[in-house]
Amino acid sequence: MAMSAREIEMAIRAALPGADVTITDLAGDGDHYAAMVVSSAFKGKTRVQQHKMVYDALSGRMGGALHALSLQTSVKD
Amino acid sequence: MTANPAHDRIAKDVAENDVLLFMKGTPVFPQCGFSAMTVQILSELGVKFKAVDVLKDPEIRSGIKEFSNWPTIPQLYVKGEFVGGCDIIKEMFEQGELEPFLKDKGIAVSE
Repeated sequence: MAMSAREIEMAIRAALPGADVTITDLAGDGDHYAAMVVSSAFKGKTRVQQHKMVYDALSGRMGGALHALSLQTSVKD
Repeated sequence: MTANPAHDRIAKDVAENDVLLFMKGTPVFPQCGFSAMTVQILSELGVKFKAVDVLKDPEIRSGIKEFSNWPTIPQLYVKGEFVGGCDIIKEMFEQGELEPFLKDKGIAVSE
């Protein structure tokens, strides 16, 4: 089962309140997305930690229902 | 020793190889765009690395995700430290951080 862009966005927003989330459907097939996440919660975290926070928000679906999510994170001032 | 033999094999590989890439396919024939991208970046920097093809070994394929608590492949380890997946490596490369990072770790890169 693939995830819709809306589902991905909602899951990330729920875990990281106030985050700016931009989802792009890269291939138009509902299976390859890029996500840009800007959150104040990333402050002081390494890139690995920031990406893990987003993966955690997707609670296990990353690598499963969600095959390809290219992720970019940055700290919100 | 841990309860999972795959984890022991991974830990040994990580300890024995300064630059270790868990990927889908081989550096010459990558089976996934993200793996291909990561190989390309390492090659561009002239970094010698050992690659583990997780598609050849289902135990490693699932074990590595638990080992590093990271859900996707590829995964790059440098001197025993998990550095990131494709997105992070790409970002570090584009920001010019990857080469100094590797040098700091004592990894040879081509000038």
